[in-house]
Amino acid sequence: MSGAREDILGRVERILGTRPTSAAEAYAAIERPYRRRHHDDGILELFAERVADYRATVRRVTEAGLPDAVADALTGSRHGVPPGLPAAWLAATPPSRLVHDPAVADLDGLDGVVTGCAVAIAETGTIVLDHGPAQGVRALGLVPDRHLVVVAAGQVAADVPEALERLDPARPLTFVSGPSATSDIELNRVEGVHGPRVLHVLLVVDG
Amino acid sequence: MPTYLGMPPFPKAARDAVADRRLRANLAHATGTIRDRRLAAVAELDDWAALREAGRRIKDHTLEHLDHYLRLLEERVTEAGGVVHWARDADEANRIVVDLVKATGQTEVVKVKSMATQEIGLNEALAADGVTAHETDLAELIVQLGDDRPSHILVPAIHRNRAEIRDLFRRRMPGAPPDLSDEPAELAEAARRHLRAKFLSARVAVSGVNFAVAETGTLVVLESEGNGRMCLTLPETLISVMGIEKVLPAWRDLEVFLQLLPRSSTAERMNPYTSTWTGVTPGDGPGDFHLVLLDNGRTATLADEVGRQALRCIRCSACLNVCPVYARAGGHAYGSPYPGPIGAILSPQIRGIGSPVDASLPYASSLCGACFEACPVAIDLPEVLVHLRARAVENGPRHPLVDTAMAAAGWTLRSPGRLALAQRVASSSRRLVGRRGRIRRLPGPLRAWTDTRDAPVPPPESFRAWWRRTDGGRRP
Ligand code: SF4
Repeated sequence: MSGAREDILGRVERILGTRPTSAAEAYAAIERPYRRRHHDDGILELFAERVADYRATVRRVTEAGLPDAVADALTGSRHGVPPGLPAAWLAATPPSRLVHDPAVADLDGLDGVVTGCAVAIAETGTIVLDHGPAQGVRALGLVPDRHLVVVAAGQVAADVPEALERLDPARPLTFVSGPSATSDIELNRVEGVHGPRVLHVLLVVDG
Repeated sequence: MPTYLGMPPFPKAARDAVADRRLRANLAHATGTIRDRRLAAVAELDDWAALREAGRRIKDHTLEHLDHYLRLLEERVTEAGGVVHWARDADEANRIVVDLVKATGQTEVVKVKSMATQEIGLNEALAADGVTAHETDLAELIVQLGDDRPSHILVPAIHRNRAEIRDLFRRRMPGAPPDLSDEPAELAEAARRHLRAKFLSARVAVSGVNFAVAETGTLVVLESEGNGRMCLTLPETLISVMGIEKVLPAWRDLEVFLQLLPRSSTAERMNPYTSTWTGVTPGDGPGDFHLVLLDNGRTATLADEVGRQALRCIRCSACLNVCPVYARAGGHAYGSPYPGPIGAILSPQIRGIGSPVDASLPYASSLCGACFEACPVAIDLPEVLVHLRARAVENGPRHPLVDTAMAAAGWTLRSPGRLALAQRVASSSRRLVGRRGRIRRLPGPLRAWTDTRDAPVPPPESFRAWWRRTDGGRRP
C-alpha cells in the first residue's frame, strides 16, 4: 500500500505548497490565551465535590485511617488487587477477601477491585490511571463491577493542563470521570453499562 | 463515502421527516435538553472563548502542515510497535481492515462507535467477507439491531424512544428477557449482559480515533460506557481507523481538546472514560496494533481554501443540537453518517457534489448562524454553506429544492435578526455566484426558489411583506 501513502502525502504537499515557516516555528507561534488553571485554592474540596457530581462516592480519610476505610468500603467477598498495591492499605482487610494479581480471564468473577492512581483533576473530577504497579493492567479496573480508587492529596492537579504535564504518554492511560454511564435512551443517565457501576474514591489527606 | 442507497435529496427526505410527529417530538426533546445542558457546561469556564480560539488555531496549523504531522505520526506509531496503513478511499480502507481481520482467522469483531468506519461502510464490507461486526455502543447496538441508520453523531438512536427500543430488544436481541420493560436501566442491563460475553471472547476489535498525537504516536478515544475500554484492551488485535485530519501536533494540545470536546458534546465536564495508548504495551492490552490513515475525500476538502475548515471538526455534535433545520428534518434526511450542519458541509466535500442528495445538502440550512456560535473550533458553517451553494449551482445536477428551501425560509423570516443575518451571508454568496456571470439570486435559502421559478425576483426589502401576504408562498 505504499502507493496510497505516496499518493496521499503527494496530494497534501501539492495543495499546501511551500510554507513560509517550518512546522516547528509555526507551532511555537500559536497563541494560547486560555488559563492554565481555573482554581487556586480549595483544590481538594473541589475535587471531592466534582467527583460526587458524577454520583461516585468520595470519602476523605487520613493516612492512618486508610486501612479501615478500605476494609469498610469493600462490599462482597472477592476483590482483585494489583501486584504493587501498598500492603499497608490492606492491613485491615481479611486476606480471604482478596485476590492478588488476578488473571484477566478471572476478572468477571470478582466483586470489585482496589487500585491507586497516577493523577487526579479537580476541575473535572477525573482520576487518571497510568497502570503502574499499584494500578494493574487496564482490564483490572474495567471488568469488575466496583472500583475503589485511593487518591493521595498530592496527586490532585487543579486543572487539565497541569494533569497532562504530569503524565507520561508512552504509558497507556485511562481517564475515569465517574462510573460507566450512558444517556442513549431518551437522554436518561444510566450507570454501569459495560464498565464498573460503582466508583468509590478514598481521598487521603493528612492533618 | 457512499450515499445511502436510494437516498432522496434532502428536500424530499426532510419533508417526510417533518411529517413524522413522533420523530419530531423525540428530536425536539433530545436536542433541546442537550442544548441547555451544554450552555451551562460551557459557561463554567470563563476562558471558553480563548480555548475555542486556541482549538481553531491548533487545527488550522495542523492542516497547514498536514504532511509533516502525518509522517511524524507514522514514525512514532511504528517506533512504539504499531503498524500504519494508508488508504486513499473507502474500498482501500475496507480491504486493509478485512485482510487484517481474516489474517487472524476470526469471523467476529467487536467495534467501538466510529464515524470513519460508518463513512466507509466497513460493517457491510466485513459482512461480504463473512465477518460479523458487533457494535458495542448502546446506541449503535440499537441502530444495528433495528437495521436502521444513525441519526445523530453522538446519540445515534436519538430518533428512538424507550418503547421502541424495548420492542426492538425483545424481537432482535438474543437472550433478552421476554418481559423486558421500557425502563432505561433495564434496557441498559439487557445490553450489558448481551455484550459482556462478546467482550470477553473477542480476539479482534475495530475502533475509531478522536485524536492522534504526532509527537508521541499516542491515540485517544473518548467514550462513556466502557465499551470502548473493553474493545481497546481485551482483544489481541486492535485495528483503528482514522481520518487524516484527526492528527494533533503535540501531547500538550490535548489540554485544549479535552476541555472543548466533552463540554460541547455531552455537556459534561469530562466524559466518563478517555483511553490513550501508544503502540503496544507488553503484558497489557492488544499485542498487535494497526492504524489505518484514511483520505477518502479529505485531501479534496483540503484543496478548497474556504471549505477546508470543515476538517477542523472534532465531531462533538453541538451544531446539530442548535440547528432548527436538523431539529425538524432529523438526521436521516442528510443521507450520510454526518447529519446536521457539519454533514451539510462535509458530505458534499468529501463525496463531491455529484449526486442530487449532495447538491441539495448546502441548502439544508436557514443560515441562522447558531451552528457557528456553538462550534468549539469556530468553523464558520454558514460561510461554507454559501460557498458550497455556489459550487453546487456551477457543478451539481438540477434538483427540486422549493419546498424545503421555503420551509427553511419560513423559519428564517419569523425573526428579523435571522433575516438580516441571512442577507448578510447572502451578499457574499451573490458575489461568489456573480463572479461567473450568473444571475443574481434571492438571499439565503430563498435563492433555491429563484432557481426553479422564472418569476421576477422581488427585492429583498419587500420580501417579508410578500411573505406575510402570501403565507410563505402557499397562497398566490
Ligand atoms: S462542526 Fe463544530 S459543532 Fe459541529 S460537530 Fe464539528 S466541531 Fe462540533
